[in-house]
Amino acid sequence: MNKTKKICVPLNDIDVAKLNIGDEVLLSGIIYSARDAAHKKLVGLISMGKKLPFDVQGSVIYYVGPSPTKPGEIIGSAGPTTSGRMDVYARELMKMGMKGMIGKGNRSEKIIKSGQKYKCVYFGATGGVGALLAKSIKQSRIIAYEELGPEAIREMIVENFPVIVINDIFGNDLYKEGIKKYKKD
Amino acid sequence: MREIGCLEITKAVDGLCKDANFLLPKDVIKALEKARENEESSCGRAVLDQILKNIQIATKEKIPLCQDCGTAVVFLEIGQDVHIVGGNFYNAIKQGVKKGYKNGYLRKSICHCFTRKNTNDNTPVIIHTDIVPGDKLKITFCPKGGGSENVSTLKMLKPAQGIDGIKNFVVESVKQAGANPCPPVVVGVGIGGTFETTALIAKKALLRKIGEHNKDSEIANLERECLIAINNLGIGPAGLGGRTTALAVHINMLPCHIASMPAVVNMNCHSARHKEITL
Repeated sequence: MNKTKKICVPLNDIDVAKLNIGDEVLLSGIIYSARDAAHKKLVGLISMGKKLPFDVQGSVIYYVGPSPTKPGEIIGSAGPTTSGRMDVYARELMKMGMKGMIGKGNRSEKIIKSGQKYKCVYFGATGGVGALLAKSIKQSRIIAYEELGPEAIREMIVENFPVIVINDIFGNDLYKEGIKKYKKD
Repeated sequence: MREIGCLEITKAVDGLCKDANFLLPKDVIKALEKARENEESSCGRAVLDQILKNIQIATKEKIPLCQDCGTAVVFLEIGQDVHIVGGNFYNAIKQGVKKGYKNGYLRKSICHCFTRKNTNDNTPVIIHTDIVPGDKLKITFCPKGGGSENVSTLKMLKPAQGIDGIKNFVVESVKQAGANPCPPVVVGVGIGGTFETTALIAKKALLRKIGEHNKDSEIANLERECLIAINNLGIGPAGLGGRTTALAVHINMLPCHIASMPAVVNMNCHSARHKEITL
């Protein structure tokens, strides 16, 4: 079992080179939420050469569409959505300097290879534990596309947000390795 | 003829939306606790600890177990001696969902297929109605998450494929889904009927209590065999590798056409939410 690592976001190439599959990581710093609709808009802006609503260099994007915030709370339930739907967009953001993605579920071979090329790590957060994960989000504000509701882009300040490295920058895949270890014929 | 008013129905559905999203059924919690005891993988145990902690927080603080508060799926069992008064029955259910999702701070996840524009009140509601003997109205609310629904499968099998063919189809569906449906999953299986009823009985299978098997011993055996084969896949909690990939396999069967053997796998995540009330 690998030791828990505490790291600060944004990330650089040196940070991501230290991460291996199975590493349990506590993330602190600023992360950005975006899911399908926001990704479509971001990639649209990139293709038109326009400025993006946040600095992608070194950023970590969290695939999440939180439930509405109750009065007096910071955010609602906020667990990861299925990452595979973002595979068609992720490469363009890696090219812009994105260093980490947080979500759940398998990524395509193409995205795993792109992660190697552009040095971008894929972190898994546990799906279906949004009430628990929300406790690690200390601040949250919508910075773009408010009209998208749960799909708006949020800037979130997190403290010790628990994730595990699923795909490192060396082309490894924890989902495949985990199955190999526990599969019975 | 017993009369039930639409206002009462709206109030009941409003409450069900919130209860189903904040509280997990006891049988599901028990199955998760048992999985935690039996899990060999340390990553798997850590995930199950997070899941159990999450249930405590959601229950105590009345916040959704999962940010995906689902498609609003409602199953009705209407006693044939019940008379609904004071308005439009289906509209009363719709109003209940609108209210529950608004005042419960539940995520509205329903949108237009092409424009992706959100309907902003989590309607339309998917309603399935059965007429049964008696003078009661049973309403079951099932908030169905998108991640597990997306990996559900339908296959028109050939009769020659037999029970082995069904088993392979079920196990392969779970294998292909991998980490995406938030394992440990509950696997609802429909076999037989017609194209559309197969899917419906698979969804109804998700409402069965974990630990209960089909009353037909042959089908119950198939459920046990499928569960063992699925848990031998090694996918484990959150797909990180481990012993518990599924908490249960529930199979519902109907006779089918001599030319056919339709089969459906409707997947549910570990947050296997549903809540019922009888009026």
